[in-house]
Amino acid sequence: MELKNAMAGTLESGDILIQIAPSDVDGLHIELDSTVAYQFGEQIKNVIINTLKELGINNANVKATDKGALDCTIKARVTAAAVRSTGVDVWA
Amino acid sequence: MNSIKDRADLIAAAAKKMGKEVFSNGFVKDSTPRFELQKQAGKVVTLEEAIKKSGLKDGMTISFHHHFRGGDKVINMVVAKLAEMGFKNLHLASSSLIDVHEPLIEHIKNGVITKISTSGLRGALATEISHGLMDEPVVFRSHGSRGYAIKSGELHIDVAFLGASSCDPLGNAAGYSTSENAKSICGSLGYALPDAKYADHTIILTDDLVDYPNQHNAISEADVDYVVVVDSVGDSSKISSGAIRDTKNPRDILLAKQAAKVVMNSGYFENGFSLQTGSGGASLAVTKYLRQGMIDKGIKASFALGGITSHMVKLHQEGLIDRLIDVQSFDKVAAESLMNDPKHKGVSANEYAAMLEPGSATHYLDVVILSALEVDVNFNVNVLVGSDGIIRGAIGGHPDTAADSALSIIVCPLLRGRIPCVVDEVTTLITPGSTVDVVVTEFGVAVNPRRPELKARLEAAGIKIVEITELRDRAKSIIGNAAPLPFGDKVVGVVMARDGSVMDVIKNIAD
Repeated sequence: MELKNAMAGTLESGDILIQIAPSDVDGLHIELDSTVAYQFGEQIKNVIINTLKELGINNANVKATDKGALDCTIKARVTAAAVRSTGVDVWA
Repeated sequence: MNSIKDRADLIAAAAKKMGKEVFSNGFVKDSTPRFELQKQAGKVVTLEEAIKKSGLKDGMTISFHHHFRGGDKVINMVVAKLAEMGFKNLHLASSSLIDVHEPLIEHIKNGVITKISTSGLRGALATEISHGLMDEPVVFRSHGSRGYAIKSGELHIDVAFLGASSCDPLGNAAGYSTSENAKSICGSLGYALPDAKYADHTIILTDDLVDYPNQHNAISEADVDYVVVVDSVGDSSKISSGAIRDTKNPRDILLAKQAAKVVMNSGYFENGFSLQTGSGGASLAVTKYLRQGMIDKGIKASFALGGITSHMVKLHQEGLIDRLIDVQSFDKVAAESLMNDPKHKGVSANEYAAMLEPGSATHYLDVVILSALEVDVNFNVNVLVGSDGIIRGAIGGHPDTAADSALSIIVCPLLRGRIPCVVDEVTTLITPGSTVDVVVTEFGVAVNPRRPELKARLEAAGIKIVEITELRDRAKSIIGNAAPLPFGDKVVGVVMARDGSVMDVIKNIAD
């Protein structure tokens, strides 16, 4: 799937900023900066990866700046960033 | 004949018997006009002179107060001067330390400060210490415990450096100034009073040297050795920030309203009750919502205690709270009220909250509303160490007021972002569950099983009561399971209990 640079989310407490960029190499590369990295870093990465895979995105660079977002928020922000990146509306 | 000459032998005999000298009249009267004389009083010196004259040596204990909170300028100024003068290995005993004290990191690295005693730590200094910056663990005490430790000699202070908004040349100092040159105001000097009284040497730093006598002084000249005039002791506009800001957060307001409802139906909401609210947006805001209940039911409080806020002052001025007892003024309105209102009384940390001080005000406190970083299923509370293992708070008067009050109420949200506030076991034990009665969250109110009568009263009032374990489970269901924190093996902090025993230790976080 063709990707463009795109982002969704904010840096407000309880939110997450997701930035998606195309990647030349295979796979999903997640760079996570989180205020709760110690305890929830792996869980947050898994939510991001699973959400992207469900949308058919398997190759991308993702920068995630997390301010303690819950899983539902992370999923929503990743989905919005993916839609902006691919131009494919998944909500229609 | 019976002149003094005739009595000389008897005087000499009496003096000998008492081991005293015989009086010899060599007095020379100083005829300088007194207005000029007081200006030449030998106590007014530069900071460097004051330090030299105090006899401060490497390895000694220096102390400070934190009444200017985020606006404090004294600690950084004095420690920078001590570093410049080449002092090493000092023990810094402040009533608390905040974000603004970040420059201490360098002084710790350079060996100027090698030991710290405080009520709290925040910001970059706290983060560095949590990662093992210091060899010696930081000793944490509540405000009441610190006051008592100073009095008992357990925390011996060699030289106290105390900022004051006004001071006369003889050392009569206050947290406000009534002169036209007033530069700063912090109100109560409660945390500084044990230091002034029991330190070997007390140095007042002031940004307004006023004419003698400085009236309504909190600190007496009898306890002061030197007075140092500086440009500024603190920025008063930064007192009401951070943990004591006035909240606009809708969740805090919801929690405050719910806590007010708990107070009004607790059985303690009677004429003459006494009240305290701790730092934290939700707890401070409770006063606002109690006000209407007090008006509706015609109830008046005898006193409000603690960190006094503008909300408390408003209720006092409206006649709803008779007296204010103030160890720390939380905003400018409170500080000005302390200056102007005789029924608004300053109080020392000892008389505020020491367990072993029979008259301390907390012993006569009915209701306290406190915040928490974490509460666990046994009602234990942590207000010092974040759920990431990093120190980010202060004990304050939390364990003092929870233990001494008739009813202690903790207000906290179920989650802060992804961080749970109701947990299996608190990261660090600060206030034991045996002293905590009620936990108010936005998902319901949990009552300690020790207080079945309280639970029945709240239930009868239609308040949603839940088990504390339900709150923990609900938090877990939303956030998932947290991975364990990467604690190292070094002890970076020791938490003292109110009775002077050791309650808990804080381990370093390894990255």
